[in-house]
Amino acid sequence: MSIMEYNGGSVIAMVGKDCVAIASDLRLGNQALGISSNFQKIFPVTDRIYLGLPGLATDVTTLRELFRYRVNMYTIKEERDIEPETFAHLVSSTLYERRFGPFFIEPVMAGMSKTPSGGYKPFIAATDLIGCLNFAKDFVVAGTASSKLYGVAEGLWEPDLEPEDLFETISQTMLNAVDRDAYSGWGVIVHVMTKDKVITRTLKGRMD
Amino acid sequence: METSFAITGKGYVILAADTTSARSIVKMKSDEDKIKTLSPHLLMAYSGEPGDTIQFAEYIERNIRLYQIRNNYPLRPPAAASWIRRSLADSLRSRKPYAVNLLLGGYDTTTYTPHLYWVDYLGTMTELPFGAHGYGSYFALSLLDRYHDPEATLEEGLATLRRCIDEVSKRLVVSPGKYKVKVVDKDGIREVEL
Repeated sequence: MSIMEYNGGSVIAMVGKDCVAIASDLRLGNQALGISSNFQKIFPVTDRIYLGLPGLATDVTTLRELFRYRVNMYTIKEERDIEPETFAHLVSSTLYERRFGPFFIEPVMAGMSKTPSGGYKPFIAATDLIGCLNFAKDFVVAGTASSKLYGVAEGLWEPDLEPEDLFETISQTMLNAVDRDAYSGWGVIVHVMTKDKVITRTLKGRMD
Repeated sequence: METSFAITGKGYVILAADTTSARSIVKMKSDEDKIKTLSPHLLMAYSGEPGDTIQFAEYIERNIRLYQIRNNYPLRPPAAASWIRRSLADSLRSRKPYAVNLLLGGYDTTTYTPHLYWVDYLGTMTELPFGAHGYGSYFALSLLDRYHDPEATLEEGLATLRRCIDEVSKRLVVSPGKYKVKVVDKDGIREVEL
């Protein structure tokens, strides 16, 4: 029995052509007993950053509150929104602060970052529970179904997917991975972000 | 063993907790009230390690009361729940954490909606249509999946609760005998007899 698998839950983020997507399941459990089928693990940080927090549920809430506080302080001091790259380092250093008594969370981030020419470029990143950053160019996964997510994503993902195709890819990856994991599932939520909008959809999955 | 249930319905939350106070295999008391009134529209059912439960419940009760005295208005259920959760989450990473599980039922008088929060000793919190703690939860949750109706009247809600209690009495080896049942709605808090 690992503390990382106590409540269950998984998150995945993927890069597309001028878009990113992030998805999570909605289960909250106590080991094998399901408690809630509407437990959000993905939170908006700014208009252009989403943060997924799979892991121990008490730390999901605590870290969500901590990041809200730290991002608010940054926004007030800098008088501008935090950039995704900067936010990734904020996540990393916040987790490393607790190096020897960590939060049991493996964060996944997705966002659109500003380029010098004034455009936007997709950004995803993930860290382990002590804040070791992983900037991937394709997709990142975390949570109890991560091993299954890797397998399905490896098979379905391809470069330069349009937003609608990226939505289909991430949704199928999530639904199929989660059905093979007893601790994840009970519904899925997907956010697809382009330079000017975010589309959020809730998927019906197997409720067993 | 200790068991507590909570059900929301049309404009109300019902909380039920067993009334036994046990130590090892001995029943020390059979009329213990394990549901505290935190404010005029907020109830908290607590269970867990004896000693911790009462100490923590009284700490919460008095701090919620202090907020009310200082500000002349009570915390709304979501705010109260967030603060209580934080107290448990902070306690978890202290030298001696509180081992207390909670069900928080409240009625928000500003939005006219009932709220139910499930909180465990780790500081895990989630809002639910119905919830349970203890061994009874293994029987009651599946039953509530079948019979819970968010639009049910108070009479129907109490009938569903009775079903839960009957099921636990029938199937659980160490089932509690008596329950205390409290309701919170727009008129405030009252105890009901099943």
